[in-house]
Amino acid sequence: MAVLNEHGDRARPLAGGTDLLVKARANVWELDAVVDVKNIPELMNLTVGKNGLSIGAGVPCYQVYENSEVADEYPGIIDGTSIIGGIQIQSRAGLGGNLCNAAPSGDGIPALIAHSAVARIAGPSGTREVAVEEFCTGPSRTVLQLGELLVSIEVPKPATNSGAAYTRFIPRNEMDIAVAGVGVYVVLDDSGNNFESARIALASVGPTPILATEAGDILAGKPVNDETIGSAASLARDAASPITDMRGTIEQRKHLIEVLTGRMIKQAVERARG
Amino acid sequence: MTKSSPSKVHVTTTINGQEHELLVPPYMSLLDTLRELIGLTGTKEGCLDGNCGACTVSVDGRIVDSCLVLGPEVDGKTVDTVEGMATTDGLHPLQQAFLEEAALQCGICTPGFLVAAKGLLDNEPSPSEGRIRHWLAGNLCRCTGYDKIVRAVQKASS
Repeated sequence: MAVLNEHGDRARPLAGGTDLLVKARANVWELDAVVDVKNIPELMNLTVGKNGLSIGAGVPCYQVYENSEVADEYPGIIDGTSIIGGIQIQSRAGLGGNLCNAAPSGDGIPALIAHSAVARIAGPSGTREVAVEEFCTGPSRTVLQLGELLVSIEVPKPATNSGAAYTRFIPRNEMDIAVAGVGVYVVLDDSGNNFESARIALASVGPTPILATEAGDILAGKPVNDETIGSAASLARDAASPITDMRGTIEQRKHLIEVLTGRMIKQAVERARG
Repeated sequence: MTKSSPSKVHVTTTINGQEHELLVPPYMSLLDTLRELIGLTGTKEGCLDGNCGACTVSVDGRIVDSCLVLGPEVDGKTVDTVEGMATTDGLHPLQQAFLEEAALQCGICTPGFLVAAKGLLDNEPSPSEGRIRHWLAGNLCRCTGYDKIVRAVQKASS
């Protein structure tokens, strides 16, 4: 931390390096120092506990998706983690770096938001917690202040009768950046026929990953059917504020959000019903 | 250089079964460490940003893009490159299969494909075609169209 503090913007923590080394090489970041944080045990810890899942900020993707307990309890997080880059990237890159890189398209982030995950940050005056949906403040920008370090991501234990899912649209089969992505977490009642609550998060359709609050809230107390799912998907479309770029147009992206939201709600419901 | 940036980092690492002690500039990639400090030029530089997989090596049994690893990070670790695949008895089965199936043209991507495919077959001796294609998605080849590479990996699997 002393080195990071001394050099300010010209020093960065190194976890997987798959974004950092690319940016440093391209002179997007001009650096005097990088600090390898993989020797800090707390940052490399992955625990599935009674109260939830704790993912150290330096834990690489493969350790998350190869963990059978995580796969059983948090399949929506696995959906995102297992499609970040290729196998080589997944050996190094992790969800902590995905969050700190703060790309609107980060595939690891929407499921974390949908799960109400919290970022645990260490700083000069102790630790603080920030909801993942508030962590990114713009492309490549986060709430992290000088002298602060992301320590872990804390995911609450999923409720009974809950399910989650994430998917993205890309024109290739693998190794691409999301044109649009949707993560969903739903809680059903004991009958499995009604929503108790839902959270829906969107990727690549705004300057940050987006929590589509109204789209999730409208499902609360409603029966599981095409009409209610369609109304949530429509609100998710309204919450998307994408740009047109080389990957897709505004209209295509909004359409994708509506389609993918419907699909992911249905998949989350299937998982909730077991 | 500041006090936090030593001019060289002392690194002890096992490469293809042989221990090496190196003094590595702090920001030298593992790719350059292998090629320039040790003379292992089998590992190729492609895109330098983690898209093409030409520089794939294995670190502690996991395949990585060596352009996105710093040399000092492999201190205490085991690195395996394409040069470690053949033995005095002959080519590795994957190398033999790549030859027989003509799974290469220009050859720049080949070391990366071989190391990546070995990383798969070492843990999953009989992967499906879909699994092979998924596993090799981080390796790009602009010559073969991939079919011959996939066939070669299938041939080398048991």
